[in-house]
Amino acid sequence: MALLQIAEPGLSTAPHQHRLAVGIDLGTTNSLVATVRNGVSVVLNDARGHGLLPSVVRYHKDGSTTVGLSAQIQAAEDPHNTLISAKRFMGRGIKDIPDAATMPYQFVDAPGMVQIKTVAGVKSPVEVSAEILKVLKARAEAALGGELVGAVITVPAYFDDAQRQATKDAARVAGLNVLRLLNEPTAAAIAYGLDNAAEGLYAVYDLGGGTFDISILRLTKGVFEVLATNGDSALGGDDFDRRIYCWALDQARIHTLADADKALLMAHAREAKENLSDHGEAHITAVLTTGEVVDLRLSEAIFNEITASLVNKTLLPCRKALRDAGLQAEDVKGVVMVGGSTRIPRIQAAVGEFFGQTPLTNLDPDKVVALGAAIQANVLAGNKSGDDWLLLDVVPLSLGLETMGGLTEKIIPRNATIPTARAQEFTTYKDGQTAMSIHVVQGERELVSDCRSLARFELRGIPPMVAGAARIRVTFQVDADGLLSVTARETGTGVESSIAVKPSYGLTDDEVATMLKDSYAHAQDDMAARNLLEARVDGRRLLEASEAALAENGGELLTPAERAGIDALMHALRAALAGDDLAAVKRATEALNQGTVEFAARRMDLSVKKALTGHRLDELEV
Amino acid sequence: MSLDFNQNHFDLFGLPHAFALDADKLDKAYRDIQAEIHPDRFAHAGEAEQRLAMQWTTKVNEAYQTLRKPFERARYLLLLNGVDAMDPMNTSMPADFILAQMAWREALEDARAAQDGAALETLERTLIARAKEMRDLLGELLDERRDYAGASDTLRKLRFMDKLLEEVGAAYEDL
Repeated sequence: MALLQIAEPGLSTAPHQHRLAVGIDLGTTNSLVATVRNGVSVVLNDARGHGLLPSVVRYHKDGSTTVGLSAQIQAAEDPHNTLISAKRFMGRGIKDIPDAATMPYQFVDAPGMVQIKTVAGVKSPVEVSAEILKVLKARAEAALGGELVGAVITVPAYFDDAQRQATKDAARVAGLNVLRLLNEPTAAAIAYGLDNAAEGLYAVYDLGGGTFDISILRLTKGVFEVLATNGDSALGGDDFDRRIYCWALDQARIHTLADADKALLMAHAREAKENLSDHGEAHITAVLTTGEVVDLRLSEAIFNEITASLVNKTLLPCRKALRDAGLQAEDVKGVVMVGGSTRIPRIQAAVGEFFGQTPLTNLDPDKVVALGAAIQANVLAGNKSGDDWLLLDVVPLSLGLETMGGLTEKIIPRNATIPTARAQEFTTYKDGQTAMSIHVVQGERELVSDCRSLARFELRGIPPMVAGAARIRVTFQVDADGLLSVTARETGTGVESSIAVKPSYGLTDDEVATMLKDSYAHAQDDMAARNLLEARVDGRRLLEASEAALAENGGELLTPAERAGIDALMHALRAALAGDDLAAVKRATEALNQGTVEFAARRMDLSVKKALTGHRLDELEV
Repeated sequence: MSLDFNQNHFDLFGLPHAFALDADKLDKAYRDIQAEIHPDRFAHAGEAEQRLAMQWTTKVNEAYQTLRKPFERARYLLLLNGVDAMDPMNTSMPADFILAQMAWREALEDARAAQDGAALETLERTLIARAKEMRDLLGELLDERRDYAGASDTLRKLRFMDKLLEEVGAAYEDL
């Protein structure tokens, strides 16, 4: 007799359904989206067959936008409203942008992050990035034919907390569920390592359009462990373009330029750099709005001379990363080159010299980050791949607090494996002090003024005591996205007050909602419908996760009464999902979340025990 | 049946409470646990499990970092035995060690001033050898003699050696 499988009530009828997830490389110059199809990671192209989306957003008077190649081509026509390389401004204040004067933008100094005045209003770099992400999201949904479960978005490894938070906010504004923020060199290592079954110590040298990263990784059976990372989040191919641009101005003896001509010459400078890599020499020929003609020949020798200091600037972080990892250059088995700028022959030669070996360039340096991110997204979304691997990444820059005298006290050192947490105790310095101001900073320097200020908050309600009697315990927690949260509490007298920090540069939920509303006002979309859709996706995700957890070990870990309680909550959520009451969906989702906390704790205990038992069994076999 | 979240680092990895360490066993236990509980394994799970995965991984990372560095491992072992070696009130050092410290510092300053790489190397070799002797002694004091006061003194010396070695490293950078 043939046995037919009948699904248990409530169990998904399609347990092996492929969840749609993508990896997005949100680059300074170009952005890409990739996904895993039939077990292979592929870049998704637009309708014209282009994979790379230039990270260029042009704002129009009516609030609409043009994103990508056409915006890039027309940049010279509308330089003030065509935002190029907005990634450089993410999480940055006006004083962090030294070359602001050479850019055709009207910067607005806002607390935490600079903004840009456009014909469509003042825009934050977060909104500009969100426009790019929206185009990639739409491209992916069209190609894959469905709603995305989530995305892995890559960030430069050397991005600090403010830049990471800004990236995550941009994804929220674009309506993407962020499965993880992933460091770009680590993403490249996944794509490279899984492709080549690599083992040993590897360096990933990642020179993008606006950022430079170096990561040292140890690849062992299925584990990608980042040992150290370093870099410069304001150094990239753009700087090479700017050197050519300045050289051209100097050669042509031009002192003042119209904004349109600045954009034109910058475009020619970039083109010249690319031609140089392919042909060994390049010509810059342009007619300016003044009628002046620029006609120059750029040889490789001149290019190498004017950019030598930039190349050297990338080698110092390499030295520091090796030092932090406790390694010598010759310990490294392979150097993987990532980022379009690594096509420059002089860079390949310099890196080869530094590490004493020819760098690996067998993967497309423009695509490898997105391909790796897609592989990770596929696993995080719950699509089991054949063999499991594990990623252990680190914090790029030390995190600390300001103490007396403007000095930094480091709490979490750079290159600590994430997630990580560290607590430190502080005390009051005045009799009867009832409040304490806490200033969170990131960086390696001793003086607070040389580090990046991340957040300030006050802990109030400290019971009055003599100076030095209070015990203020400050806890730093860095999650798997590399994002920090800080809590502080007074523990000396048992009186506790604590606060969770919302970093000052991060967007509040209200601000994200406003940005969403603004963008949908133009798309003629219904905000309420959008909210309901998102709540349903969240609810369904939780329902699916609960079903899977119950099927796995609900029987062994729950009493019948407990099981009945969770079943009831799931039933309620299913009922709410069938209706269209937003509040009811959210309430039922939250109730199931709360109702499964204990079950989750028991499952986690079981996982730890399983790991330990497995380990001991292995030992016995030896 | 709940696993104790506060259990000590050695028990967490199934290792004996000792300074002597089977590093391969620690590495393997660390990876095995990470493979089960890392937040990447729970990215599609419910909120509660995601949070627990982060907390557990945080703890496992801290335990691993503590045990794998000899200095931190010794300090932790002493804390388990009720001795806080880094108590800021306890700064006593034997006179001969203070004299040795001064001599090494002078050698470092001279080498730095003269930009003398060879002298730096000689100093570094001496310091590394002495630090190794101290670590060996530490193991004996902790694991065999169970002389925690002696171990605490040795650990403080070792901290000085580590700091000085760091400064030697910084001096290389300035050459």
